[in-house]
Amino acid sequence: MTDTYSALVNNPVGGFVAKNLGLPKPVPLDRYVEGAPLIDGAVLVGSAPGGRLGPSVATILAGADAHVDSRLDDEVRSPLGAAGVDAGVWNPEAPGSQRWKGLVFDATGITSSEQLRELWSFFHPTIRRLAPSGRLIVLGTPPEDCTEPRHATAQRALEGFVRAAGKECRYGATAQLTYVAPGAEERLESTLRFFLSPRSAYVCGQLARIGAGKDVPGIDWERPLHGKVALVTGASRGIGEAIARTLERDGAHVVGLDVPPLADDLEKVVSSIGGSAIVADITDPEAPAQICDELQAKHGGVDVVVHNAGVTRDKTLGGMDEERWSLLMDINLSSEERINDALIERDLLNDNGRVVCVSSMSGIAGNAGQTNYSTSKAGVIGMVQSMAPVFAERGATINAVAPGFIETQMTAAMPIGPREAGRRMNSLSQGGLPVDVAEAIAWFASPASTGLNGNVVRVCGQSLIGA
Amino acid sequence: MNSQTRPAVVLASNRIPFARSNGPYAKASNQDMLTAALDGLIAAAGIAGERLGEIAGGAVLKHSRDFNLTRESLLGTRISPETPAYDVGQACGTGLETFILTANKVALGQIDSAIACGVDTTSDAPVALNEDLRKILMEANSTKSNADRAKLLAKLRPGMIVPEIPQNAEPRTGLSMGEHTAIMARDWGITREAQDELAIASHDRLAAAYEEGFEDDLVTPYLGLERDQNLRPGSTLEKLGKLKPVFGGPEGTMTAANSTPLSDGASAVLLSSEQWAKEHGLTPLARFVDAETAAVDHVGGRDGLLMAPAYAVPRMLARNELSLQDFDFYEIHEAFAAQVLSTLAAWEDPVFCHERLGLDAPLGSIDRAKLNVKGGSLAAAHPFAATGGRIVGNLAKILHENGGGRGLISICAAGGQGVVGILEA
Repeated sequence: MTDTYSALVNNPVGGFVAKNLGLPKPVPLDRYVEGAPLIDGAVLVGSAPGGRLGPSVATILAGADAHVDSRLDDEVRSPLGAAGVDAGVWNPEAPGSQRWKGLVFDATGITSSEQLRELWSFFHPTIRRLAPSGRLIVLGTPPEDCTEPRHATAQRALEGFVRAAGKECRYGATAQLTYVAPGAEERLESTLRFFLSPRSAYVCGQLARIGAGKDVPGIDWERPLHGKVALVTGASRGIGEAIARTLERDGAHVVGLDVPPLADDLEKVVSSIGGSAIVADITDPEAPAQICDELQAKHGGVDVVVHNAGVTRDKTLGGMDEERWSLLMDINLSSEERINDALIERDLLNDNGRVVCVSSMSGIAGNAGQTNYSTSKAGVIGMVQSMAPVFAERGATINAVAPGFIETQMTAAMPIGPREAGRRMNSLSQGGLPVDVAEAIAWFASPASTGLNGNVVRVCGQSLIGA
Repeated sequence: MNSQTRPAVVLASNRIPFARSNGPYAKASNQDMLTAALDGLIAAAGIAGERLGEIAGGAVLKHSRDFNLTRESLLGTRISPETPAYDVGQACGTGLETFILTANKVALGQIDSAIACGVDTTSDAPVALNEDLRKILMEANSTKSNADRAKLLAKLRPGMIVPEIPQNAEPRTGLSMGEHTAIMARDWGITREAQDELAIASHDRLAAAYEEGFEDDLVTPYLGLERDQNLRPGSTLEKLGKLKPVFGGPEGTMTAANSTPLSDGASAVLLSSEQWAKEHGLTPLARFVDAETAAVDHVGGRDGLLMAPAYAVPRMLARNELSLQDFDFYEIHEAFAAQVLSTLAAWEDPVFCHERLGLDAPLGSIDRAKLNVKGGSLAAAHPFAATGGRIVGNLAKILHENGGGRGLISICAAGGQGVVGILEA
């Protein structure tokens, strides 16, 4: 799983050659280390006039004890002061040598296309001052929640800005957009924290929608899943193992699930994190009942369900036999639906429960040789969207992550051409790590993420492939 | 004890023109200059031979022999030698502090009249013996036997000829005042252009004040100097823009034009009770209302060295139930343009006002047309302890000529201090 090219261009000679040949130069990304502060550097905050998220942003940054700067004449200084943030002053006309790890702009005040100039005003003098692995974050209002057409138009435009800015950000910096529905201001914290922190290392150019949901409970941000039970399917290796370890790090008791042939690997993983194991084949018609029985017997229910188990059975459609299609569809999609239905039927998903699914970039963009896989992963997105209201009724949420090129045994076995293309054809010019997917799942799984429902966020370094 | 207070009023002021360091006053001592300023005031007010309640004065840079500088100076004037005097020291706040002290005594009825004054020279600086040499000499002085003395003298080294020169640096940080202010300028995002604009206005306004005769009864020529030597009106942003930064490194915004130069000068203010003024046929120009001093922790704290006035003013405003906008004139000492602009920025900043001042709303901005209307220290220069008297005298006359009004004085001082006050007419 070593990325030889990255190692090469990050030594002095290789770096010189890459620069002069105009080759991509991936930089090592900052990643979360337990106990580290939310963000390793100062955050510049700004607001378009009339923005409504200033108080939320100020409170979140105050709670994270972040060093904050803003322009002296920015409206956001009032909420910053009120929240107890002793924010520094930055003046683009006397810029000095200031750098930031985060740039956060509240664009909710933008109600017309003319006012989109506020984006330019804030980011033009600052984007080049973003530190390596920096974070560019724009906050907006969901266009569907804007009553005036011009308002909706301007807010929809933010998406283009963030996607382009993500491609311009250098040295491992990323850009994200978060739409916060009116009334959902208090539910911003888990998302702003995720996007600011190194936990979102391989997430770039993405959009999160925060809407209605339960009130956010008070939580320990170091261990947000403390006291929670999390079921992770396909937990014995790869991304599944990283998910299990990350949820455990965040405080959860992890119940790992995998098929009988992988029972030994599964046992090793769960025993190392103090979790428990369910050995089952999820395509077995009895599996949903077995899973529900075990969860009910040992834990009385479950708080987080991560549908991670999945397979590929690649073949172009003309050459694909029926088993490749049907088995894959059953593992990747239908079994997840059956487990969801069983959990709902037996009312085993605890209050403020979470279902997080693993979709794929292939499910968004489609991939030659993967009609089956792409169908199943697009189906996962469909399931997330169609089930979101169902889970919302029960005080729960369902969301998905869609990984791009992640460095696993599976991608290591790819031929060099497609592998290098997959690694480089994204804004960060490198593949992600299993933990990057796990961190995004942990964000959705957090009890504080009550406003996130029906979201699909890619963990792909802003791959050129797909939307 | 008297529990009643009465108004203390400013009657007159006088200063000598301020000179640049090692200029026309290079050979004048603090005592020479202070005597000249006092003489001018005594003549202008017609109080020769009067016994005053007291004279308070001071100098920031002072020879050890000048332990009684103010008293010795007054003995060289035509004021009654029966007038007591004392020296005060609060760095650049010295001049204003002498005024506050004497005004308070007048208000309490302890004295009826006083002169508050200050002087400083950076030319005739108190150069001292080399510290190592001094220690040997001190020891030799207390040694009894000649043999032991000879042994001590054998410790003398040629390097000990190098004297101890007063440093323009904060003892606890090692940074010069300019370097400290450069940090403030950076922290508050103060632009070079804004600083240069303030400097140009300061020079142009002081020059206009001289032209219109405003300074005629405030300044007495001395040693061939009729106007402040530093005054250079008619400059432009373009011209000042060519100067190299002197503080804050190559990216700094502070230049010789928007920082005050080292300078020499003296000033004095006559104040009294209303009754005393009446008895002596003198017209009160303005009334002392209140004063406040503040200090910040510029060593370990989060505030810049010269930010203390930003704290002192709001405390004084609250006590007097005034807003920052309730003034007709603002006299903010221009130690550096960046100090003035950082202070104004802090008062406009919701974060500073909430976090550090504990206020619900920012103090807000001031009408810049009311700021240092007759020029400030950037133009006149800043002989440390003489600045307070210049500003008090200036503001009192401005208020009087205006036919009334309220004026704010704000002076920053070394050691993270600030001295502020209010005059009314």
